[in-house]
Amino acid sequence: MNLPMLWIIPALPLAAVALNLLFGDRLGKKGTSFLACGAVGLAFAAAIRAVLTLAARSPEERQMVETAWTWFRVGDFSADVSFLLDPLSAIMVLVVTGVGFLIHIYSIGYMAEDPSFRRFFLYLNLFMFAMLTLVLADNYLLMFVGWEGVGLCSYLLIGFWHEKQSATDAGKKAFIVNRIGDFGFLLGVMFLIAWTGSVNYERVFAAAPHLFVAGGSIITLATILLFVGATGKSAQIPLFVWLPDAMEGPTPVSALIHAATMVTAGVYMVVRSHVLFEMAPATLEVVAVIGAATALMAATIGLVQNDIKRVLAYSTVSQLGYMFFACGVGAFGAGIFHVMTHAFFKALLFLGAGSVIYGMHHEQDMRKMGGLAGKMPITHLTMLLATIAIAGIPPFAGFWSKDEILAKAFATGHYGIFAAGLLGALMTAFYMFRLYVLTFRGKPRFEEHAAHGHADAHGHDAHAAHGAHDDHGHDHGHGGPVKESPWSMTVPLSILAVLSVAGGWVGIGKPFIHGESWMATWLEPVLGHGPHMKHLSAPAEFALMGLSVAVAAFGIFMAFRAYLQQPSIATAVRERFAGVHNALYNKYWVDEFYGAIAVTPIHQGAMRLWRFWDEKVVDGTVNGVGYVLEGVSALLRLFQTGYVGTYALFIAFGVLALFLHFLRS
Amino acid sequence: MAPIPWLSLLVFFPLVAAVLIAIMPAGAHKPIRLWATLAALAEFVFSIPLWWRIAPGQAGFQFEEKLDWIPAIGAQYHLGVDGVSGLLALLTTFTTLIAVLGAWTSVEKRSREFFALVLALEAGMLGTFFCLDLLLFYVFWEAMLIPMYLLIGVWGGQRRVYAAVKFFLYTMAGSVLMLVAILSLWFMQKEMSGIPTFDLHAFYQLPISPDRQFWLFLAFAFAFAIKVPMFPLHTWLPDAHVEAPTAGSVILAAVLLKMGTYGFLRFAMPMFPNALLVCAPWIAWLSIIGIVYGALVAMVQPDLKKLVAYSSVSHMGFAMLGLMAMNAQGFAGSMMTMLNHGVSTGALFLLVGVIYERRHTRKIADFGGLWKVIPVYSVIFLVVMLSSVGLPGTNGFIGEFLVLLGAFKHNVWWAVVAATGVILSACYMLWMFQRVVFGPVTHEENQKLTDLSFRERLVFAPLLLLVFWMGVAPQPFLDRMQPTLDRVLQMTNDRAQVLAEMAAPQPAPVAASLVMPAPAEQGGAR
Amino acid sequence: MIPVEWSLALSAVLFTIGVVGVLVRRNALVIFMSIELMLNAANLAFVAFARQQNSLDGQIFVFFVMTVAAAEVAVGLAIIVNVFRLRETVFVDEINLLKG
Repeated sequence: MNLPMLWIIPALPLAAVALNLLFGDRLGKKGTSFLACGAVGLAFAAAIRAVLTLAARSPEERQMVETAWTWFRVGDFSADVSFLLDPLSAIMVLVVTGVGFLIHIYSIGYMAEDPSFRRFFLYLNLFMFAMLTLVLADNYLLMFVGWEGVGLCSYLLIGFWHEKQSATDAGKKAFIVNRIGDFGFLLGVMFLIAWTGSVNYERVFAAAPHLFVAGGSIITLATILLFVGATGKSAQIPLFVWLPDAMEGPTPVSALIHAATMVTAGVYMVVRSHVLFEMAPATLEVVAVIGAATALMAATIGLVQNDIKRVLAYSTVSQLGYMFFACGVGAFGAGIFHVMTHAFFKALLFLGAGSVIYGMHHEQDMRKMGGLAGKMPITHLTMLLATIAIAGIPPFAGFWSKDEILAKAFATGHYGIFAAGLLGALMTAFYMFRLYVLTFRGKPRFEEHAAHGHADAHGHDAHAAHGAHDDHGHDHGHGGPVKESPWSMTVPLSILAVLSVAGGWVGIGKPFIHGESWMATWLEPVLGHGPHMKHLSAPAEFALMGLSVAVAAFGIFMAFRAYLQQPSIATAVRERFAGVHNALYNKYWVDEFYGAIAVTPIHQGAMRLWRFWDEKVVDGTVNGVGYVLEGVSALLRLFQTGYVGTYALFIAFGVLALFLHFLRS
Repeated sequence: MAPIPWLSLLVFFPLVAAVLIAIMPAGAHKPIRLWATLAALAEFVFSIPLWWRIAPGQAGFQFEEKLDWIPAIGAQYHLGVDGVSGLLALLTTFTTLIAVLGAWTSVEKRSREFFALVLALEAGMLGTFFCLDLLLFYVFWEAMLIPMYLLIGVWGGQRRVYAAVKFFLYTMAGSVLMLVAILSLWFMQKEMSGIPTFDLHAFYQLPISPDRQFWLFLAFAFAFAIKVPMFPLHTWLPDAHVEAPTAGSVILAAVLLKMGTYGFLRFAMPMFPNALLVCAPWIAWLSIIGIVYGALVAMVQPDLKKLVAYSSVSHMGFAMLGLMAMNAQGFAGSMMTMLNHGVSTGALFLLVGVIYERRHTRKIADFGGLWKVIPVYSVIFLVVMLSSVGLPGTNGFIGEFLVLLGAFKHNVWWAVVAATGVILSACYMLWMFQRVVFGPVTHEENQKLTDLSFRERLVFAPLLLLVFWMGVAPQPFLDRMQPTLDRVLQMTNDRAQVLAEMAAPQPAPVAASLVMPAPAEQGGAR
Repeated sequence: MIPVEWSLALSAVLFTIGVVGVLVRRNALVIFMSIELMLNAANLAFVAFARQQNSLDGQIFVFFVMTVAAAEVAVGLAIIVNVFRLRETVFVDEINLLKG
């Protein structure tokens, strides 16, 4: 028996899906959760075993390929169902299965009272399968299977409460916007196939330097198209609009799919294709600029949102922007490093937010929270750790990765992008601590024990009434005491908190230790050293670190000051810059803009195409032919009077005409 | 000649069954549907050996049968099967079985005649796929129309007569032109060799000057394009689909439309290769317009069946585009799309039929919240919808991807514009799905809907199996079609070259462009 | 001897009367008789030419015509009787079922 067995990693969740589908109705909640979590846990174990096997090899040999079967082969083109484990996919697969496992556990508690418990875990397992296929694929086409598969699961899970219009709208939006990205991705892959004749990473990357001129138009076009795919999946400008809406899904979904794993698929794909992107400097510039712009824009929106999940959603978009500009400046390793740390702290933030929402009986508006620190101690502590991590305070995980990204941007001379990143970091620290303060500190702004009326609890958009079959909110009643969540939720929070603190230490590099960081060494077989990485001197590195920490500290200070000590500041600022606030609060009206330039015109155009062009012109022509024939017949039938006399007269005329004819000739 | 005329048996068994069912007592609805199903099942079982007996490595026709039919004009009864027609024949027998089983409870009125006609239609379709004699082909081609015409006209909806007449006349108009072209070929053949024949093999060898080819090709192409249907000859399709009974829609979508693309592949393209070269870009762009146009128009349909009908226009555009790409991927993609479309769209029509039978409406607005009421149905609907959208892992993706790849290799812009259809298909399908299946139950009548019965699950199970089989491991299908497709491609290219050289002493430049040159190094975006 | 022209003139007159009769009369029976008149005009012409040519052919033709006319009368009268039974009229302008 072949020991590593990569294919078993995605196969385990898929098997759980099949079993759940076939026997789920007999399993009960306990059985379902056992099945679902067990499968992912086993996948995690299998992933650890595979990665350990990989790590035992010498760095040059750290690559495992397992071909399951030939997917299809036509002419000179063939695609395999084949899996690849190398240091890059190893990190991803561990993050996906590890964080995924924790979120599965968490979901047992969070979804406990939902009537569609079984369906939830079915989708979640399906998602794990697709995501693992995505990261373990050894060619672009199989990656695309996972790519679209995670999109599907995202669609299903966002619209999980499918009786709610806003949820299904958001799911549909996510799928369609992702499809626009996939359109680019597919065309990019076709460029690769047309030129290199293959979709296999190894063959494409081996052939690329011979077939493409570095910086040439073809490679630039191909990589831009691939990047379009990434902007769709990873919610970058211009296709980021779906992610904030995706918060309609259950919170564990937001944590797993829309924070920790799926949305980073775009980054993974770009890093995976770094050979191609490095050959196209123009594309890299685009990636960097888009990434920085997204990071900045999303952060500004995040400053003013009141829905706890929306703040986190924009924060995710912003952090993804960091990952992309890391790739754009050539620091692919830093990008992946940030993917990893972000997975820890952002998953924790979402789960913590979920815990708060759970404890608050489905309240998501931060204006109605406050003072939860004492009531939910574990949630509070873990959330605080994650917030510090994302703000970028050493030695927490977020600091190391964000600092590395900023340092690389600075080192490669992308000062504008560096400045944008720094500004983004400031805002990140500010809005994250705003979230923290509003939620956990200060005085409670809600009434305990008093049952809120439906209008109150359900009045705002984020969690509008799901009708009678709502999740557990109804079952344990509105407005019960705010209490800490059950262990199945707090244990994952605690584990993730540890990771949010310590998870970044693997990336501690140059100025602190001698030689490259452990992370960089691990990724080196895949990414190499990076072509144009000049190293900064140690003092410069420390100076940059100091700068970014100072900026973060300033943001934190501002948040405390404006929202805890002197709330009047926030109000004053909001009133002083009402226009700006309005623009930010309405997310720069991007959704409305897209609606006006794309959705509405296409819909109306299609309507006109059908009503006028198809029915009147095309079909009108067809029916017109019929009408013309009918008209001619109508004329001809006038001769058919039915009277014998008329016919006799015609005969007589005919004979006369013949007679005359013969007479003349 | 094979000792047992297997193909003839396949063609005529349903016909005999149809006659036998037609003479059963009229009121005996239950025995009638039982026997009809048994006949369709037997036919399907008879046809299954096609899967194995069409040796994957063999390109030419097998199981040929040849008898004199009208010796005076050289018309023969000539049947044969190869990878392409074999797979389509399997699709036919499979679809007929599914359609008959699906119509158990939906047809109460004159069920005897209904089932007899469906079986007769099956005979016509199989004959069309198997025959290798053009006169015979014409006869089968036209014979197919009659049962379909009656199915729409008698068992259809409100405007059934309008739809049936439109369908009949439209298709007829195209095929009459084809008949003229067939006769013209016959005269040419007689002039050339002195032996009158309608044999396809003989026509494959016939030297026709490129400008003469043009008109003949147009005549054939017109007939086939109507059947496909290609934009702008598609308007009979929504009417016919909307009015047809479910079984009729299923067969129409799954098999009859394939006749058009099959006709191109089998007749129009290899016989008139030079004309094809001239026309291919036009046809390709029309197909691409069809892809986008069908998707856009589908988006705004208020009627489920019409939506699926327009989505057929879009999908069949992919099938045509693949053919026009004239390379291995395009051909294989086109053929896969034909099979996929048969499975997915057939299933979609069945799904619409299921709720129509229960609610007697097809308006999207009359539904909503079905997931809560009939979850099994909704899950199947979801899977079929996704396969129609072309999600990787389902059958739809393989066909679309290969077509796009083939188109990309031929002309990048073809692929770019056609790929927008991928986005649009998600738009119209998801929107429809949201309005039908998601949301709260808005209509009181929908509260009492019953979920799929055992028989209905039996209908959908094999379809779902095919959806995943063809999506996950399509190679067995590709292995069976590829030798034939390669042969057609080869023949078309060779003939184009030979005929062009015959017409002009120097090698014509057009012929060369058929063969896609290896991508030039960094040639810039073509 | 009567010149052939006279016979022909008579034949023409009879024929014209027949034609006009067919065209203007409304009663089917009269139309029928007019048709007979036309046939007989033709017969007269045949006989006249036979006499002039000294050939029996024309006379033989007359027998044929008479036979046909007899058959025609039989069938035609039967039709008219049937029409009368069904519609209670033999006026042709009241019978227009074939109107397109």
